[in-house]
Amino acid sequence: MIEFRDVRKSFGEARPVLDGLSFSVAEGETLALVGPSGCGKTTALKLVNRLLDHDSGEVRVFGRDVRGEDPIALRRRLGYVIQEAGLFPHWSVKENVEAVPRLLGWKQAERHARSEELLALVALPAAEYGERRPRQLSGGQRQRVGVARALAADPPVLLMDEPFGALDPIARRSMQKEFLDWKRRLRKAVLLVTHDLREAFRLGDRVAILDRGKARQTGTPREILAAPADDFVREFVSDELPGAPP
Amino acid sequence: MLVVVSTALAVGIGVPLGVALTRRPRLARPVLGFANVVQTIPSLALFGFLIPIPFIGGIGARTAIAALIVYALLPILRNTHAGIASVDPAVIESATGLGMTKRQRLWLVELPLALPVVLAGVRIATVVSIGLATIAAAIGAGGLGVLIYRGVAIVDHRLILAGAVPAALLALAADAGLGFAERRLR
Repeated sequence: MIEFRDVRKSFGEARPVLDGLSFSVAEGETLALVGPSGCGKTTALKLVNRLLDHDSGEVRVFGRDVRGEDPIALRRRLGYVIQEAGLFPHWSVKENVEAVPRLLGWKQAERHARSEELLALVALPAAEYGERRPRQLSGGQRQRVGVARALAADPPVLLMDEPFGALDPIARRSMQKEFLDWKRRLRKAVLLVTHDLREAFRLGDRVAILDRGKARQTGTPREILAAPADDFVREFVSDELPGAPP
Repeated sequence: MLVVVSTALAVGIGVPLGVALTRRPRLARPVLGFANVVQTIPSLALFGFLIPIPFIGGIGARTAIAALIVYALLPILRNTHAGIASVDPAVIESATGLGMTKRQRLWLVELPLALPVVLAGVRIATVVSIGLATIAAAIGAGGLGVLIYRGVAIVDHRLILAGAVPAALLALAADAGLGFAERRLR
């Protein structure tokens, strides 16, 4: 569903942010991009929905080069969840969830049916939460609305940038559990960015460990733990997961 | 009345211009700076300057409206710019990421969120304009200022108050009304 081939991107500084990044995400699979800050993971994510454009290499979504796609139409087919949720504070929960269907011109009845269904999925029943404003929700609830909003037009691909990064550890843990549950039910291709290796291992079917704009190792958590590709990966894993086998 | 016309026109110019400045950040400083400088010109002098200018100048209400627009423009322009610039970047990013066009983002997200700040600017502009409008009587624009000038000329306090009190009440009423609208929107 998503494929990066030798992608390079620089913002004009000496060192490029992405320096030959390659990976792919299959249908129904979750790939977690993880790495220290500045490794280029968020930049990589934004290349997919063309919030940024790459300098060279190839970014393909749905089998087609993103550079040939209309960015607006492309984004409406890609769910997007960011750290602080970025909900529209002047709209109700329901209106937030219905944002993309509205942009796509769905009929009101269809939009309402869809938002009710999704709010039920994220355990915020529309009858109770639909009319609330984002500021009347907790951080975890806002993040769930963010997920529901991203899923509204039923995109086959979901892009998530530190989706649970702003939550306290307890809310974070329960959101991670819910994520695994949604994932099983919805079978979306998910590209997830996180700085937290523990989260990457928990949520990702496969994990790509990034450093300085390159994937140092891509594999299942088991593969990475069993056979770290190089010293950077070995050190990163042992720093982030004390007690894991060396 | 003078103020209604001039403020409405100043909104018509100031809001689009303020939005344009958020799109061209490099122009924002010089333009806001220029508007600031214009603001410091004494109003009577500005009325005087405008009189010889063809089309907008001359004696009468038209000149006064042009001058009042100039004064009302700065607070509206500045607040529109500040209001839009202060929208949470995460909200902008998600609006873009969800696939809104620039126009949709402006109308559905940025302007509604900036509205209370824009309205605060309109409120300041209105109150300032009501005060200034009384001075416009000096160039024959009419209005409550006529009573004040006449009262000053013949040293009649009652006549001065007959112009000044309604003007002050008008300013207070406009301030309260727009302040109420602003709070409703927050």
